[in-house]
Amino acid sequence: MEHFSIITTREFINKIGNKSFILMTVLLPIILSGIGFLLAFLSSINNDTAKTISVIDKTGYIYEKLDSSNDIKYELIGKSGSLDEARDISKNKSDYGLLYIDYFDTPDEIAESIVFITEDSPSFSVIDRIESELEVILTNENYRIQGIDINLINSSRVFINLFQESFDGEETSRIDGLVSLIFGFFLGFLLYFFIFAYGSMIMMSVMEEKTNRIIEIIISSVKPFNLMTGKIIGVSLAGLTQVFIWMLMFFAFSFIFSSIFGISSSYDSGELMLSSNSGDGLSSFALEMISAFLNLPLMNIFIAFILYFIGGYLLYAAIFASIGAAIDNQADAQQFMIPITLLVIIALYVGILTVPEDPNGIVAQIFSYIPFTSPIVMLMRIPNGVSLYEQIISVTILFSSVVFMIWVGAKIYRIGILMYGKKVTYGEIIKWLKY
Amino acid sequence: MNNLLSIDSVSKYYGNFTALNNVSLNVKEGSIFGLLGPNGAGKTTLIRIINQITRPDEGKILFNNEPLNINHIRDIGYLPEERGLYPKMNIGDQAVYLAQLKGLQRDAAKSELRKWFDKFGIEDWWNRKVTELSKGMAQKVQFIVTVLHKPKLLIFDEPFSGFDPINANIIKDEILDLRNKGATIIFSTHRMESVEELCEDIALINKSNKILDGNLDEIKTKFKSNIYEVGVSANNPDLLYKELEKIFKTLKPSFKTIGENLKLNVKLNGKQNSDELLKILNQNAKVIHFKEVIPSANEIFINSVKNN
Repeated sequence: MEHFSIITTREFINKIGNKSFILMTVLLPIILSGIGFLLAFLSSINNDTAKTISVIDKTGYIYEKLDSSNDIKYELIGKSGSLDEARDISKNKSDYGLLYIDYFDTPDEIAESIVFITEDSPSFSVIDRIESELEVILTNENYRIQGIDINLINSSRVFINLFQESFDGEETSRIDGLVSLIFGFFLGFLLYFFIFAYGSMIMMSVMEEKTNRIIEIIISSVKPFNLMTGKIIGVSLAGLTQVFIWMLMFFAFSFIFSSIFGISSSYDSGELMLSSNSGDGLSSFALEMISAFLNLPLMNIFIAFILYFIGGYLLYAAIFASIGAAIDNQADAQQFMIPITLLVIIALYVGILTVPEDPNGIVAQIFSYIPFTSPIVMLMRIPNGVSLYEQIISVTILFSSVVFMIWVGAKIYRIGILMYGKKVTYGEIIKWLKY
Repeated sequence: MNNLLSIDSVSKYYGNFTALNNVSLNVKEGSIFGLLGPNGAGKTTLIRIINQITRPDEGKILFNNEPLNINHIRDIGYLPEERGLYPKMNIGDQAVYLAQLKGLQRDAAKSELRKWFDKFGIEDWWNRKVTELSKGMAQKVQFIVTVLHKPKLLIFDEPFSGFDPINANIIKDEILDLRNKGATIIFSTHRMESVEELCEDIALINKSNKILDGNLDEIKTKFKSNIYEVGVSANNPDLLYKELEKIFKTLKPSFKTIGENLKLNVKLNGKQNSDELLKILNQNAKVIHFKEVIPSANEIFINSVKNN
C-alpha cells in the first residue's frame, strides 16, 4: 500500500510536470476556442455585410411585399424594361444580383418567368430565401384572386406536436429524444477519448521503464501488481486533472465568448407565413432543451456514468499496461493496438447506428453485455431509459471482466517487463499466462 | 560463521526450459561471494529469485535464518546488469524515489543521498537529468541508489561494466568498504581478475546446474596439478635437464623471466614433494625462480565449464 501511493504520486507528478502535457493542457483549449472565435468572427463579418439585390418589378405589387432583412436588402431600380436591358444593368452594377419580375395576368405565369441574374453562382441560402418569399407572395395573390380568405386559412390550420410519454408515464418529447441522444453520444465519446488518450499514456509509461532499463531496479523493490495499478491510477488522476482544467477553461472561454458574440450568434428565423410560433424561436428552444435535459434520468445517468467510466477505463487500461510491458518499442505496439482500436470503434459504431434507431433493440442489447463495448454502448443508451436489471447484469459482467483483465494484465506485466529485445507474439503471451 | 543467505535445492522452470536445476549454496555473512557462470547459465534467474522478482518452483531460501519473504526486500540492494534511470527526472528526485521504494523515509533518503553525493564529489548533479550525464556518471548514481538504504545483502551484477579503470577502482574500494562495515555481497561477473581480488567464496553455475562452489583458495588447492615453475642458472644446463628428466616429468616452461639458462615446468607425481626437486636444483645450480603453479579463477572457470 505504501509502495502504491509512492508510485501513484510519482506517476502523477511526473505526468503533470511533463512539458508536453502542460503544453497540451493549455494549448488545446486555446487552439479550439481560437478556431471557434475565428469562425464566430468570420460569420459575424459575413452577416454584417448585407447582400443588396436589385429588383425590376413589372407587376407593381411584388416588390412592396418583399421583406428586406439584415442580410438581404431589396432595391427597386425599375418598373419596366426587357430582360436583355436588365442583364446589361446588372453587369454594370456591383450588386449581389438582379431579380427580374415580368408582368403576366396570373401569378402562375409570373412564377414561371421570374429570373435571378448574378455574376457568380449565388449561395443556396439566398436562393432559398428569395424562392420562399416569392412563393408566399404569389400564393397569397392566387388566394386573393380566387376569393379565398387568407386569415380563414391561417386560422383553420392545425399544428401537430405529438405528446410523447414513456411507459412509466414520464413525459417525453422529440426534443427529449434528441437531447438524450446527444448527451449519450457525448458520454460515449468522452469515454472513448479518455481510453485512448490516457490508456496509451499508461502504455508509454510502462514501456519507457522497460526501454530505460530501470524496471529491474524497481521491480526488485515493488510487486509488479502494485507497480501496474499505481501507474494506472497515477496516469488516470493526471488525466482527470487535465480534463478538469479543460472544463474550467471551457467555461471561462464560453463566458468570454457569450459576452462578445452573445447577441450576434442568434439569427432571424425568417417570416414564414404558416409557421406556428416563430417569434420567440431561440430562447424557447433553449428552454425546451434545458427542460428536456432535466427530464433525463439524471441520477441513473450519473451513477451509470461513474460505474461504466471507471469500469471501461480500467478494463482498457489493464490491456494497455500489459501491451506496454510486452513490447520494447512503439513500432511493436501496432499489432496489439489494432484489435483494441477495432473493439472501441465497433462499440462506437454500434452505438451510433443502433441506438438512435432503437435504443432497446437486440443488437444494442447484446453489445451492452459485452464488457469491451458495454461502457460506450450503454452510456449512449441509458439517457433513453434502460431497465435496471439490464444495467445491473451489464455492470456485473463489466467489473468481473475488469478483475479478470487486471489479473491477466498483471501476469503478462510480471513476465513482459523483464523480456528485453524480443519481438513478442500473441502465442508467446499466452504461454506467459501459464508460467 | 552465520549464513546470511542459504539457498536449498532451488529449481525454476519456464515451460519446458529448466532455468535452474536443484541449486544449493550458502553465502556467509560479511563475505564477498562470487556468482560465476557463462552467459545464459541461470545466474540472473537465481539473482531474480533472491530479489523475489520471480518465485522458485522448487526449493527453499533462508535469509538470516528466516524463510525469504517480502519484508526482506528492504534488506537487499540490487544493481542489475541491465540498469537504467528515468531520463527526464532529476537525478536527486529519482534517487529519493527509488530509496523510498526500498522503505526509506523521504527525509532520511535525502540526507543519506547528500552524504553519498558529497563522498563522490557530485553534489551539483542533484538537479541534473540523466541525459546530461555520461554512462559512467549514470552508473555512479545507480551504485549509490543500490547501497543507499544500507542493505544487509548487496547484489552486484557486473558492477564494473561501463566504468573506466579509475572509477572502477573507486567502486571496488567502496564495495570493500561496505563489506568491512558488515554488508554481505554477492558479486556476479565474467571478469575473473576482480573475482580473484574480491571474492572469498564462489559458486559456478553452468547450464542451470551448480557445478562448483566453495572457498576460492580451497578450490584452487583442489585444482592444483603439482606443477612447479623452475628457472635456474646452472653450470651445465643440459646435464641438469637430463638428470631432472630421469626423476620427474618435465614440461615446457609456462613463464617468462630473465637471467637463467634453464627454464622448465616440472610435474611431480603423488609420491614426490617439492623438497626433493629443490634439493637436486640446489646441488647443481643457482635457483632464480621457483613457484608452484596455482590455477587462476579464469582457468578454473574455463576448465570446469569445458569439462561439464
